[in-house]
Amino acid sequence: MLLAMQGAVSQGILWGVMVLGVFITYKLLDIADLTCDGSLALGGCVCAILVVQYGCNPWLAIGAGALAGVVAGAVTGLLHTLFSIPAILAGILTQISLWSINLRIMGKSNVPLLKHETVFSAISAATGLPQTTITIVVGTAFAVAIVAGLYWFFGTEIGSALRATGNNEDMSRALGINTSFTKMVALMVSNGLVGLSGALICQSQKYADIGMGTGAIIIGLAAIVIGEVLGRLTPGKLRSFSSRLIAAVVGSIVYFLIRAIVLQLGMDANDMKLLSACIVAVALAVPVVWERYQLRRSYARGGEA
Amino acid sequence: MLTLTNVRKAFNRGTVNEKVALDGLNLHLDKGDFVTVIGGNGAGKSTMLNMIAGVYPLDSGTVTLDGKDISRLSEHARAAHLGRVFQDPMRGTAADMQIDENLALARRRGQRRTLRWGITRAEREEYREALSTLGLGLESRLSDKVGLLSGGQRQAITLLMATLKEPDLLLLDEHTAALDPKTAAKVLQITQQIVDESGLTTIMVTHNMHDAIRLGNRLVMMADGRVIYDVRGEEKARLHRADLMAKFEEAAGEEFANDRMLLG
Repeated sequence: MLLAMQGAVSQGILWGVMVLGVFITYKLLDIADLTCDGSLALGGCVCAILVVQYGCNPWLAIGAGALAGVVAGAVTGLLHTLFSIPAILAGILTQISLWSINLRIMGKSNVPLLKHETVFSAISAATGLPQTTITIVVGTAFAVAIVAGLYWFFGTEIGSALRATGNNEDMSRALGINTSFTKMVALMVSNGLVGLSGALICQSQKYADIGMGTGAIIIGLAAIVIGEVLGRLTPGKLRSFSSRLIAAVVGSIVYFLIRAIVLQLGMDANDMKLLSACIVAVALAVPVVWERYQLRRSYARGGEA
Repeated sequence: MLTLTNVRKAFNRGTVNEKVALDGLNLHLDKGDFVTVIGGNGAGKSTMLNMIAGVYPLDSGTVTLDGKDISRLSEHARAAHLGRVFQDPMRGTAADMQIDENLALARRRGQRRTLRWGITRAEREEYREALSTLGLGLESRLSDKVGLLSGGQRQAITLLMATLKEPDLLLLDEHTAALDPKTAAKVLQITQQIVDESGLTTIMVTHNMHDAIRLGNRLVMMADGRVIYDVRGEEKARLHRADLMAKFEEAAGEEFANDRMLLG
């Protein structure tokens, strides 16, 4: 049980990197970017094939996975900004085409890395610590660095312009912000993180699979929602930007912990996606229903009661 | 300063719903002009401002600003020269961002945005001072989210944002129409204060004839996508509501006569 929990935490952190990517598009740009299902698998596939077929250094392979994600994000961005295809549809188009591209890259649907060195096995061999621990340490290091990087980036002029674009596009253009450019940057950074996460996941689970990204967006949204609820429950009502980023990663860890517990209780692993979708649907529905309930309750038939 | 030459814009071109919004519009503004624009619904007032700002492409004609043809520039490229305030107070500010962040975005209008920090400490002091001139007590709420403010406060901030980096031309599109009379008066007073201070060239679209007469040095009346009446200086100062009403009726009557001719 404890081992399963430890595995869940390490998984949660690695997927947390993806959640940060989803956070950028969903929370800051107000777009549900469906590219990420494809770009997560793309990051994993590129990483796996570089290590297995080209004997590439595992660290470099992670960088390549991230870069591949950036390119995928750029494709969605171009479809959306240059051709005015609605963001959701643009994401679906890229996602679907990535399925074929990922198969082309790997040449088959599954590439194992069993005999190859990964960043985790390398550090584990050097320090003598078990791989699960190493995964948590390395994952945390990545997460912390990325949270710090994002915190810096969204404080800069370009980053502020990006936040403004998600907030009020009319105003942004009136203030001279090229909103096509800011959307492109957001989608590229976001999918770069998703690709990076895919590469890390691939090395930690020691295989890349064509289906590894399926439903990633739902996991991302569920983690963000869980993180927000946790943030609201904390006494300080964490609202600062950095705490929202950290909450997203923590949400991811909690998501995988819940998942591990539910699986331990004997739930079929294939039902997990249904459960994730329900979590997201409920989380999105509750505020709406609550507000409606409040409005109904405040209605007084004879005017002011 | 600003010259519109033969500007034409039709919406839904080539369909039965075609609507000619601007029909060969000509207008010239001198530096320092404060023009109020009135006209009925569908006269083309807002479309004119949108054409100047580049919200949609022109069908034909040219827009020149300070001798430079800006007719084909994108909206964000033209923004370097223009300060804009919209009718809807929600449209001019980013609700989820702080007051100072909004002002910092506006201050960088027309500048290349880099990876430098988005707001500096020195700027904050400057914003505090600028906000205190509004007299709304906002100078102590620099890090409040703009979404917490009322429509009038948001509109006042939008005005400040439009003029923080001095624009060549200020475009006000019925910017007090969505406010209650008292707030509208306050926002108008701030408008006049800001415009007078730096002698900004300004176009203000309004539905309020009283304001149109009272403010500015020049008044333009539009109908059917064209300027039908243009007064300035002394002559404008002597204008009365009744004169404008008469002009309105004259314009409407002409339209009526045209219809009868068509039907006959």
